[in-house]
Amino acid sequence: MRVRITFTKQGALRYTGHLDLHRLMERAARRAELPLSYSQGFHPQPKISLAAALPLGFSSRNEVMDIRLNEELDPGDISDRLKNSLPTGIQILGVEKVEETLPPLQTQVLSATYEVHLMEPADGSELTRKVQELMMSESLPRERRGKFYDLRPLIEMLSVVTEANGKVWLRMTLASREGATGRPDEVLFALGIEPDTARVERTRLIFL
Amino acid sequence: MLTPEQIETKLDRILLKVQKPGRYVGGELNSTTKDWDKTQTRVAFVFPDIYDIGVSNVGLKILYDQINNREDALAERAYAPWTDMEALMRENGIPLYTLESKHALACFDLIGFTLPYETLYTNALNILDLSNIPIRSVDRDESHPIVIAGGHAATNPEPMHAFIDAFAVGEGEEVIHDIVNTIQKYKSMPKYSRMDLLVALAQINGVYVPRFYEATYLEDGTLAHTLPTIPEAPKIVTKRMVSKLPPPITKFIVPNIEIVHNRVSVEIMRGCTRGCRFCQAGMITRPVRERGVQEVVDAADAAIRSTGFEELALMSLSSSDYTDIQELVDAVSKRFEGRKLTISLPSLRIESVSVDLMDKLKQHRSGGFTLAPEAASERMRRIINKFIPDEEIINTTREIYSRGWTTIKLYFMIGHPSETLEDVQAIVDLCQRVIAEGRKIAGWKVKLHAGVSTFVPKPQTPFQWVACDTKESVLEKQALLKRQLYKDKSIKLSWTKPEDTMLEAWLSRGDRKMAEVIYSAWKNGAKFDAWDEGKKQEAWMPAFEEHGVDPAFYTHRQRRTDEVFPWEHITAAVRKNFLFQDFRQSLEGQIRVDCRLNCFACGILPTFANERRENPGEVWKCPDVKSPAQKINMELPVVGD
Repeated sequence: MRVRITFTKQGALRYTGHLDLHRLMERAARRAELPLSYSQGFHPQPKISLAAALPLGFSSRNEVMDIRLNEELDPGDISDRLKNSLPTGIQILGVEKVEETLPPLQTQVLSATYEVHLMEPADGSELTRKVQELMMSESLPRERRGKFYDLRPLIEMLSVVTEANGKVWLRMTLASREGATGRPDEVLFALGIEPDTARVERTRLIFL
Repeated sequence: MLTPEQIETKLDRILLKVQKPGRYVGGELNSTTKDWDKTQTRVAFVFPDIYDIGVSNVGLKILYDQINNREDALAERAYAPWTDMEALMRENGIPLYTLESKHALACFDLIGFTLPYETLYTNALNILDLSNIPIRSVDRDESHPIVIAGGHAATNPEPMHAFIDAFAVGEGEEVIHDIVNTIQKYKSMPKYSRMDLLVALAQINGVYVPRFYEATYLEDGTLAHTLPTIPEAPKIVTKRMVSKLPPPITKFIVPNIEIVHNRVSVEIMRGCTRGCRFCQAGMITRPVRERGVQEVVDAADAAIRSTGFEELALMSLSSSDYTDIQELVDAVSKRFEGRKLTISLPSLRIESVSVDLMDKLKQHRSGGFTLAPEAASERMRRIINKFIPDEEIINTTREIYSRGWTTIKLYFMIGHPSETLEDVQAIVDLCQRVIAEGRKIAGWKVKLHAGVSTFVPKPQTPFQWVACDTKESVLEKQALLKRQLYKDKSIKLSWTKPEDTMLEAWLSRGDRKMAEVIYSAWKNGAKFDAWDEGKKQEAWMPAFEEHGVDPAFYTHRQRRTDEVFPWEHITAAVRKNFLFQDFRQSLEGQIRVDCRLNCFACGILPTFANERRENPGEVWKCPDVKSPAQKINMELPVVGD
């Protein structure tokens, strides 16, 4: 059976990368005694697919993965077993059975929303002005790892939230398609904010 | 002192700038975080190498569980930060902290270093410094933690005597409670005195408090004696030994990042009866105590279930000697059938039965099959007391290749006592013969990996009197190996750099004078000495010069037969006389059989007669003690009021 699992990835788990998360989930499934399916071949791999890689250091309130099991199990039972088998940084939000024939999860992601909290006090109106300027621009040429690309079309939404207590933070929705993924830290650079001074949390993945 | 919250805030700013930040954040499954404020005694266990290596250390986890299972104490962990992290921590004023609660190490009551090998010494100093704890024991006061150390390096604690408040000699499972109880008693007194506490610690069996001993030297620089300076400290500190092995640990830490050894390790047996003369572990971990097959299999199963690890290692110094090894292998292969688990059974004897055992475990043939003849000529194998006829080695390797393994790893050492170039040539000859035989069986795909390390005569072994081979001689022997083994593309050769061997020798064989050398080497930038990087020679040679200490005094000097060793007042309960007799027999090429067959009176039984009497029969592999119980040996001080 194919099972779709949504979960959080927070706390110390922010520093567990994509490949390590794969391994972590494989072990969690083994601890939970879930009958994971494996690929054929000399080095069988468990059939676990994560919807979209989360950059190191980001937390998430909503990650999605598909796993395949050799047996039909009750989703509630899968959820209970996994809950007892995961480190505290990961919480299971939902487990549902999905059609075997659905296309691979990674190909179905359109975009992702993020919340960015600033660890240093920021001037809300100044930040709002910068955001407006950025959103008005036609293109935002940027360079990442030696490659030039345009960041602007990858930003679907960007706004400044000012709380009643004066605390200022950002909300953004960025494209997250294969070959067209916007990174929150790149947006921060474009706004003149050092990504080191921000805490980024992915809040939602938007699917096709 | 920074609070955990302040430390975490600072960490947030730097973690994305370092390699593998997951090393520094904790949060692993099976780690334990207790209520700091409600717990009386707080212990930080430190493995002074990076997380990737330290997190799988079984010794540290045993102690961690021992403490966390107590109501009145908590244990947390810390490892050495890699150089990138250390630089950022220093730059941002972040002290070393524990992974569980992020408290600075200086906040704890007790810091326990695990020192399984000597090349961690400079890291231990660096960690104290990074924790803002005075590096020298004498500079610490009532506001500082008690700093203890244990592990095999405590067999000769003297090079670290200036930095460690107390050493736990031998096995830690029981003594750690004695130490914690003593700390609780003294810290809850109306006026806590660190000195009084140290005196009390010195009275616990197996605890060595170096500041209460004084070393006197002869004119030639060797020791006259090391004697206690207070009446409470025992003349000889005898190691601790647990007469019945406690249940194996099953809740291994499951890291959230990739590390070196992702595996469950179940110790099937402690100690070794083979008596290989070069082997320190075999001498200092006596007597042999075995766990039952059922206990091992159940523990392995529980551990695999609690970790999800994909590898199981059945650990001991000599798996083939485990009494019910056939039953164990049968039970393990039955229990874990179809569970996609890699099972390793290290340290197998060189005989075809070992191949049968590995066959039963149905392991991937890709990993290679490891054998450790240690020496390649029969003459040399007699000297080191690991006697196996050449034909047995050839037959075993033939069997391995014919059962489908294509790679064999053979471990040797050069620099054994009285070794000549012929003995080294024998390594080449043996390797070539093994590969030639292998090709007859399986053709040109067969491979051989020869791992050739250099012998360091270790304290409390029959070879403690002999000198290390000189750098020139080692280089000549290594050149011979390279010249001839490189010709064959199917043979891979690896070796130890002579500089690394010398460092290991100074540190393991040193006396109290080495402490200043270690301190200066650390000041000169030495750290991560077990690693292949860093500027070792630039740090260590000037340190020796600064203190007028000749490194060759420790490495290249044959010890007089009546020499008093720096570790003379520390004993693993194997008598010096026994070791000396064994050394003499080695010079005559005489071998000693497995001591399960014939007790050679090494000294374990007289020291632990009561323990043996209380645990009779097959659990120990020493003869039973039949004499009536004697009164408690009054020479050994007893803890208490």
